[in-house]
Amino acid sequence: MSARDRILAKLRAAQPAQPNALPDPAEHYATRARNESKADRLARFRTGIEGFHAEVHVSTAADWPDLLASLCAQKQIGTLMYGADTPAGARLHATGFGATALRPWQGEFEQLKADLFHTVDAGFTQTRGAIAETGSLIVWASAAAPRTLSLVPPIHFALLDANHIHPTFFDALRAENWAAGLPTNALLISGPSKTADIQQTLAYGAHGPKELVVIVINAEGDAQ
Amino acid sequence: MNGQTHTTAGQPIAIVSAQALRERMHAAVNDPHLRQSFRGAMDFLMAKRLAQFPDESELVSLRSLSEAIRQYSLSKLPDLLEQLEANLTRNGVKVHWAETPEEANAIMLGIAQAHRARLIVKGKSMVSEEIEFNHAMEAAGVGALESDMGEYIVQLAGEKPSHIIMPAIHQTKQQIAKLFAEKIPGVDYTDNVDALIQIGRRVLREKFEVADIGLSGVNFAVAETGTLCLVENEGNGRMCTTVPKVHIAITGIEKVVEKLEHVAPLYSILTRSATGQAVSTYFNLISGPRRSDDRDGPEEVHLVLLDNGRSQAYADEQLRKTLQCIRCGACMNHCPVYTRIGGHAYGTTYPGPIGKIVSPHMMGLEQTHLLPTASSLCGACGEVCPVKIPIPELLIRLRGEANSAPHAHPAMVGQGAAYDPKISLLWRIWARVYGHPAAYRAFSWLATRFRALTPRKQGGWTVARTPLQPAPRRLRDMLKERP
Repeated sequence: MSARDRILAKLRAAQPAQPNALPDPAEHYATRARNESKADRLARFRTGIEGFHAEVHVSTAADWPDLLASLCAQKQIGTLMYGADTPAGARLHATGFGATALRPWQGEFEQLKADLFHTVDAGFTQTRGAIAETGSLIVWASAAAPRTLSLVPPIHFALLDANHIHPTFFDALRAENWAAGLPTNALLISGPSKTADIQQTLAYGAHGPKELVVIVINAEGDAQ
Repeated sequence: MNGQTHTTAGQPIAIVSAQALRERMHAAVNDPHLRQSFRGAMDFLMAKRLAQFPDESELVSLRSLSEAIRQYSLSKLPDLLEQLEANLTRNGVKVHWAETPEEANAIMLGIAQAHRARLIVKGKSMVSEEIEFNHAMEAAGVGALESDMGEYIVQLAGEKPSHIIMPAIHQTKQQIAKLFAEKIPGVDYTDNVDALIQIGRRVLREKFEVADIGLSGVNFAVAETGTLCLVENEGNGRMCTTVPKVHIAITGIEKVVEKLEHVAPLYSILTRSATGQAVSTYFNLISGPRRSDDRDGPEEVHLVLLDNGRSQAYADEQLRKTLQCIRCGACMNHCPVYTRIGGHAYGTTYPGPIGKIVSPHMMGLEQTHLLPTASSLCGACGEVCPVKIPIPELLIRLRGEANSAPHAHPAMVGQGAAYDPKISLLWRIWARVYGHPAAYRAFSWLATRFRALTPRKQGGWTVARTPLQPAPRRLRDMLKERP
């Protein structure tokens, strides 16, 4: 008998004849639902993620590449890497970026690894959406958002569509039916990497990005 | 004692003996420096948790929901484990089962050897502490490096974590500064926390880049989707599960939930209870190795499911509640005993109230029977537990298991470990005397007449108190004389 069979046999011998009733989390969330406008949800998301030390900039579907370019210039980004062959990637043009070298993700991770760790100053990814309640970005591993682009370079730029901000995590995974098909890595990101492991003193940039910069588009015209 | 040594076969964990536990607790209580740092840290964490639950009704509702989800999951545990295995396998994850720490280490060493791995980088995993993973790998010539900042500090110091969420909480920044200057080549003393974190970042990033295997724990395993969830702030968990070619996750068999949507409330109450954060910086849902349309991620993902005494706890309806735990550490933060002695005094992987009810299942009561007595039973642990584990009730149960006469079908290994026939006889006589009016009258008459014979030294009681002595006259005699 294998370890598997022995463990399962021990559990089966003690398992209750009838399982408990299936809990329904929807009741808990329904009573706390807010009738929010898109602007209110964005405001709540923004307060949350800014509280976690992220920068938020509001732009428009047309103007965001220019905003990204000017932020790169401000932050003196030498090399910006992004997902190639993606709608957002196609919008980026080297001409607008001045001193920042644009580098699309090309080839295998193993070949890019050393550069990601040592020469790429910032990664740019598209997000799937966000969560208002906690100020979290939703990022799914894909060509538009390779896992390491939001992790290894010191600065992470994330593009968020304001139409995809959900009230809670529970709402997000219910509304989009995540259970029907998850990517290899789905991720919630709430701020840059941090730790309070030394004497409860908060420090940013523990292992991942030291800065998280969110560019929000489609925020009902309130560009800045 | 029941005369038999009940230990998990070859259990590698160096558990302290009952006598040593007393000495460690005594030493910890008399260390003002340690008491001050724990007091400060626990006050901080208690205040932060409180601030996360401004709406009492939300807390009440979320706790009940979380308890219901954990109990539901446990009521279907074997089915859910099979469903989890099937869905993980479908996703391309290799699932392994281990009954003992040795089996778990052997499985992981086998994976390491198959890949000729020389370095494993680890995210924080209490289960890997539980099985002494680092030592097992090092004995076989494979390096295992902790990458959670707190765990890295603890490993560098040659210690064990003193808290399940904040492993290096017992160290001051000056101590860490000294440790870094001594142990990391080319590092000068600095007690600037930001500078210290940047030193750790630099050292560890070099390792993430070259490591062959990344190891992580699991906060929740979702049966319906075959997904492993990981809660963290630092990004080291992401590094370990993304950068190396192989990712190994290890978890206790109790961590499984059925539905993906069950994770949302559990995650919400976990971070708020643990560190008073609304949410952690990163929440990872890992459902398999790199696919053809992925740009990166590990090529192989393994999951090791560990029993190590959990199926024993499962077998008893009351003790099963131990398995509801989501490892937030709130019970420690609120425990007056933990706050005064810190995590190291317990000598077990899991300290504090939860450790006192989990450890006996992993190591047997033979070695751990004193742990459930290290409690004032004030009830704070049960009150803050996000999934409503009745910890005080379980402590009393374990005390009973340890002190009752050994019998043929014990609920747990080491039952009767603290049983003493003399003390048992004494209590039986006591019960007889108090249960029979005539005997009680005779006893109390004698006790008052011969009170001068009461011993001056009465064990632990008289260390800090005046001796107990019967009154010169019985209440019943005094009442009789009332007009």
